Amino acid sequence: MTDPTTAPSGTERPDEGPNPGVAQISHGDVRELRGPLLVMGDVDDVGWDEFATVDFAGRERHGLVLEVDHDLVTLQVLEGTDAMAPGGVRVRFAGRPLRIPVGSGWLGRVCNGRGEPLDGGPPVTGDTTLPVSGWPLNPVYREPPQEPVLTGISVIDALTTLVRGQKLPIFSVPGLPHLTLATQIAAQATSGGTTFRVVFAAMGLTHADIAFVRDRLEERSAAGELVLLINAADDPVIERILTPRIALTIAENLAYTEGHDVLVIMSDMTSYAEAVREVSAARREIPARRGYPGYLYSDLASLYERCGRVRGQQGSVTIVPVLTMPAGDITHPVPDLTGYITEGQIVLSPEVAARGIYPPVDALSSLSRLMRSGAGAGRTREDHLDVAAQVLAALAHARQSAELAELVGAAALSETDRSYIAYRGLLEQGLLNQGHDDRRSLEDTLDRAWSALAALPRRELTMLSTEFLDRYLPSEPEAT
Amino acid sequence: MVAVGKPRTGAIVRVSGPLMEVDGVPDVSMLEVLAVGPQRISAETVAIAGNRATLQAYEYTGGVKVGDTVEATGSQLTGLLGPGLLGAVFDGLMRPLSSAPLWLTQDRTTSTDDPATMERIWTFVPSVAVGDQVSPGDVLGTVPGAGSVEHRALVPPGIFGTLTWLTSEMEVHALDPIARVGTQEVLLSERWPVRAARPFRDRTAGVVPLHTGQRVLDLMYPLARGAAAAVPGGFGTGKTMMLQQIAKWSDADVIVYVGCGERGNEMADVLDGLSQLVDERTGGKLIDRTVIIANTSNMPMMAREASIYTGICVAEYYRDMGYDVVVIADSTSRWAEALREFANRNGDLPAEEGYPANLASELAAFYERAGRVTTLGGQTASVTVIGAVSPPGGDMTEPVTTDTQRFVRCLWLLDRDLAYSRHYPAVSWTGSFTRDEEALGRWHTANGDPGWAPRRARAAALLAEADRLGDLAEIIGANSLPGHERMVLLGGRLLRDGVLMQNALSPNDGFCSAEKGAALLDLVLDVVDTCQQLVERGVSATTIEQADHGPVLRAREETGPADAAGVASRRADVVRKLEELS
Repeated sequence: MTDPTTAPSGTERPDEGPNPGVAQISHGDVRELRGPLLVMGDVDDVGWDEFATVDFAGRERHGLVLEVDHDLVTLQVLEGTDAMAPGGVRVRFAGRPLRIPVGSGWLGRVCNGRGEPLDGGPPVTGDTTLPVSGWPLNPVYREPPQEPVLTGISVIDALTTLVRGQKLPIFSVPGLPHLTLATQIAAQATSGGTTFRVVFAAMGLTHADIAFVRDRLEERSAAGELVLLINAADDPVIERILTPRIALTIAENLAYTEGHDVLVIMSDMTSYAEAVREVSAARREIPARRGYPGYLYSDLASLYERCGRVRGQQGSVTIVPVLTMPAGDITHPVPDLTGYITEGQIVLSPEVAARGIYPPVDALSSLSRLMRSGAGAGRTREDHLDVAAQVLAALAHARQSAELAELVGAAALSETDRSYIAYRGLLEQGLLNQGHDDRRSLEDTLDRAWSALAALPRRELTMLSTEFLDRYLPSEPEAT
Repeated sequence: MVAVGKPRTGAIVRVSGPLMEVDGVPDVSMLEVLAVGPQRISAETVAIAGNRATLQAYEYTGGVKVGDTVEATGSQLTGLLGPGLLGAVFDGLMRPLSSAPLWLTQDRTTSTDDPATMERIWTFVPSVAVGDQVSPGDVLGTVPGAGSVEHRALVPPGIFGTLTWLTSEMEVHALDPIARVGTQEVLLSERWPVRAARPFRDRTAGVVPLHTGQRVLDLMYPLARGAAAAVPGGFGTGKTMMLQQIAKWSDADVIVYVGCGERGNEMADVLDGLSQLVDERTGGKLIDRTVIIANTSNMPMMAREASIYTGICVAEYYRDMGYDVVVIADSTSRWAEALREFANRNGDLPAEEGYPANLASELAAFYERAGRVTTLGGQTASVTVIGAVSPPGGDMTEPVTTDTQRFVRCLWLLDRDLAYSRHYPAVSWTGSFTRDEEALGRWHTANGDPGWAPRRARAAALLAEADRLGDLAEIIGANSLPGHERMVLLGGRLLRDGVLMQNALSPNDGFCSAEKGAALLDLVLDVVDTCQQLVERGVSATTIEQADHGPVLRAREETGPADAAGVASRRADVVRKLEELS
């Protein structure tokens, strides 16, 4: 087994900390400045994807090499090229792709999108450094995920159970409380018995949102269980390309070296994808759909695929990306490509929000593909999978009944249809609706599901075995 | 083609992601593999202009510099074909992943000749004698213990003549000679350029079904051995799950599962599932008839492009031994995206949605490698190709989906509405097609089931009629329909829920034999007939609808995977109970 900490390019340079770049030679032959791109001439001995430090007017910026062509080197400048002029720019190349220090030194820290402290503390250091782009995990070593992460949020735990090593995104639209939900997950999630750590990567968030997130996660941060990386909406856009990679590099180390179960929350991936698009446009690449580059799928996969579990090792990386669907369009490239990579999705819907339900999860469009291996007997509770299937099937029926009621009037409905409508009300208020700070145990959650199902005639509960019905179904609330 | 001795080298002049340009490699040829830089990253030549060659790299190119040395290898991308493929996992370049490290860094050797493969010891049992006349495709002998099918060592293409020597060694390694034909040595394993189709004698005319074990496919949209099928479906429509079921249960001899730009956890799941399941026909594990090519979405993109060819090359190798092979490629859209990515970086003019203009011809070339053939050795064997398509945004008019439909015999369209209502497998009965139904109907007639084609026609008509009436009922309410139309609606529901739906996770229902599938469909059609007769006799439609149809709906779950008799035995009881309603 190869030690993942060995330098990838085979260069023998000494470890220079998080921002190596104090190389001897600096270059000043600027050929072009365009959007976030900086083209340098008369450069040799620079490799593709190398990290660089850009000095201009006493300020240090950072860049990544996008292309080397004869003596020309194209850099994307993470902080943008605002105010830069060709004269006076000095670029120093690090001689290798960007690496960051890793280890438990990150826990409890609040940093910016490049990993520099925002909490007044010293820069984060560590004994080892790792390249932020990571390496593909050999699929043969992957262990199929099969233990749950419990979020304390009923609708997720009961119906779309999050599994350790899974990637499960939250699809939302602007204006819905997806950040509140993501923060609640970050604050409450546990893995039952093992040590649980959270890495929260905020990208393109407003300052009001950032204040909310910091405040809500204060407790977990103080307990040394949380790493917070923040790229604000008015921070450099291109920096967002780096933020999730830093978060995942920290997480991989915490999981596979330190043995923790790590949850990585990345919000908002739409902001990230916009940064990718901006660079692509500046490079005049041929766009695929809606101006996003053709490699967006692979780019997103290089992030999302860093989740997982490794055979014979403790620890796991679970990823919950949050993304807002522009105009609520699930076929927009960002949610669409995300959906193709991730193992299910949690969809928030304005219709559900309008019914006064928090979290406004549209349970019927949401799905956790790994739930079947992460829930049920020996994982959560024996009846869990069957109850979840029954709750969803009945909810689908209830939705049809409600639509029918709108057409023909509630009075014309059959008794069965009326019981479905009653069931939906009980389910929404008893199970789906929950307080922002409310943390429910799994037992409580499943019992609430059973209470709602009790509103239906027993003959309708076809997905539940007689054994489960006898054991868990509360006695009929109404006389027949 | 290659000057022996002096290495042919050049120097890198440009690097942009997986695209590199190199100057000065003498006599470099198209598709030739080159080793780049001190890490010896492997790359393939895709264009030559004067002194300059354009390369696509099969690894992450971080750290590659202008001026780095490039060395031509003199060969194309080749796979090492021999015993030991079955049950193993390879990357897109056919390098064994089973013996690779946890993290797939650049430092991996680029060779397919990894030590574990080279050191493995096999026994060769000759079935010819010195002095025999042999020609390509003839069986030289067998290698026991190499998977669940008999491994046959064949005379490679292009070698004819008298067998002059046979190995007397009991133990042979992958690259040891096992025989000599004339003066040419035949090794136990064979190197083959993966992009080149392996030769066969001719395509055969007969049509024989591939039984997939999935009712909706076998009953409604059957696939012939050697045909090609495409499975388009948006995310969440259960594409991968259905393909995994086919990998587990179809009655092929060998399965090649190509995970092309898909999820790592899924590959782990395939590996895990196949390692646990017993192959009913051989008593071994299903993994022992399977070769997995895994190039997950975070592995280098250009190796994804190669993985499709690697998979089909392995399939042809087993076809040549006389086996029926199924190649499952999940997903061909990711492969097409790799083509697009590279074409864009190379500055090619795009056709539709940025895809290169040769997309359709590349797809055609891939699907046309499917076929039922007479091998060089004279046996009938087949390669069946099943390709998943992942249309962006579920848009069935995008180029990969539309082009693919032109080249396949079967389309299994997965419908998002069905999937969201948890109807799995979500194969749409309005958008799917098979172009072999008549030929397959004749095959069934000749092989003991003359009712197959009429049964299929009735089911298709019932589904279409139930859909039409369902739309009507949504507007005016089902209760406003006349009784016989309400029976059609009921019949449609019984057919969908009791026959077409299949629970992949159930031990009884995950796999369904042809006979059980036929019995289930017969049961539903009989029930529909009975209900129609009852309505004609004046029984109220509501009474019939509210009757307990559980025995029909649960038949698929409550009888064993091949228990056709168990299904048939329900018929009398179900019909009698319905008759009692009048």
